[in-house]
Amino acid sequence: MEQATEAPLKKTPLNARHRASGAKMVPFGGWDMPVEYSGLSNEHAAVRARAGLFDVSHMGEIEIAGTDALAAVQRISSNDASKLAVGQAQYSGLLTPQGTFVDDLLVYRLGPAHFLLVVNAGNIPKDYAWIAEQIKPVGDAVAVDASSRYALLAIQGPEALNVLQPLTGVDLSSIKYYWFAHGEVANVRATVSRTGYTGEDGFEIFVPPQSADKVWLALLESGQAADVIPCGLGARDTLRLEAGMRLHGNDIDETTTAIEADLNWIVGWKKDDFVGAAALREQKASGATRKIVGFEMLDRGIARHGYDAYIGDAKAGLVTSGTQTPFLKKAIGMAYLPLEHTAAGSEFDVDIRGRRTRARVVTMPFYKRAK
Amino acid sequence: MASYPAGFKYSKDHEWIEIAGDHGKVGITDYAQQQLGDVVYVDLPEVGAKLKQGQSFGTIESVKAVSELYSPVSGEVTEVNTALKDKPETVNKDPHGSWMVAIKLTSPGEAGALLDATQYQDLVK
Repeated sequence: MEQATEAPLKKTPLNARHRASGAKMVPFGGWDMPVEYSGLSNEHAAVRARAGLFDVSHMGEIEIAGTDALAAVQRISSNDASKLAVGQAQYSGLLTPQGTFVDDLLVYRLGPAHFLLVVNAGNIPKDYAWIAEQIKPVGDAVAVDASSRYALLAIQGPEALNVLQPLTGVDLSSIKYYWFAHGEVANVRATVSRTGYTGEDGFEIFVPPQSADKVWLALLESGQAADVIPCGLGARDTLRLEAGMRLHGNDIDETTTAIEADLNWIVGWKKDDFVGAAALREQKASGATRKIVGFEMLDRGIARHGYDAYIGDAKAGLVTSGTQTPFLKKAIGMAYLPLEHTAAGSEFDVDIRGRRTRARVVTMPFYKRAK
Repeated sequence: MASYPAGFKYSKDHEWIEIAGDHGKVGITDYAQQQLGDVVYVDLPEVGAKLKQGQSFGTIESVKAVSELYSPVSGEVTEVNTALKDKPETVNKDPHGSWMVAIKLTSPGEAGALLDATQYQDLVK
């Protein structure tokens, strides 16, 4: 992605470690981040077969607390946070009044009146300003940008539990998908969440920044026998795409609604008013005219973000993500298409640098792990 | 440290050419493949295509990105390495052995302006 400003890149607490380890570094969302370590395909394969370790400390953390914290979260987050028990998390959207995405996020319920929102790195100031403004009328609730207080590591893959368990007293097998627990990892205070962005089992570990390097090294050492390797953002992107997960800035943004993004399941239809609710209810009633689909290429070629989709001779939609997946070994992607062309099996063309290239709608996710 | 064959000429766009008489075989350098990452797709011209020095003759894609391939010389494509279609990853494994197109040079003098191995190595240091 293009850098919007000339501001110096921000560094995670693991920046020196990445550089010393020979990772290839790139600017991402204002941060200096590792895009790959040993090679994207190799890292992608490691996560599918064994496990990979990611530094995702660039992600933002915004905390909301106060006696009316739940009401505040309910107002700014599309999903229904009242369904969350303490210790549970959910995927959600931070929406505009039009029902489109300011950002997508994970909402963690730390306490009855204390929530942690994990947001995308490039959106932290925008999200924080938006949230602070939107919750003003709510009453006793305050939002704090706590991003600098957290480093975030992700260990992802079928071996993740076996690699992490020797380092912590937390019984990992008792943490269900999208739940979390507090404890220690490598003798460092940590919050361990059974979440991820890869389509594999795995954990995301919040630790104080000053201890991130210690936990990183401990995880790599614990994972040595299973050949766990450090991974960059490149593999993170191909893994999430295979898993059918949306990327804000690519697949969802302020021009696409939660319904068009086929994310009705993160809309709390039964809860009270929230930002975007009226627009979404109206679109639900009248029907969206376009929807996101997964597709695979039938002709040779790779469709990429921003390429136009055609039905016959008419420009009809837009590719929002696309790559050649290292694991499934085919060219896949996501695109917005007119609703009548979104059924699995229907075909369309992508303009790949002037060449019309055939693609077919398929059901997402492209990859689903065996239970 | 990669070794760049002394018999090749190199362009600042990171292509190499191995010239024999008025024919040359063209590929991308080890530095270029490292920058690209895992190559998954190579799109090459047809035999008979006429190229100008510095003009795009195809595209190469890694998982992350698309790059143009630029011809280091002017000429006509006499042969295309179609094996790369099915095994694009050979560009990563053996960049200086993975020629993409063979060209009959129309202005052999152009090659004089290209870099030699030492100069190229300095460029990418």
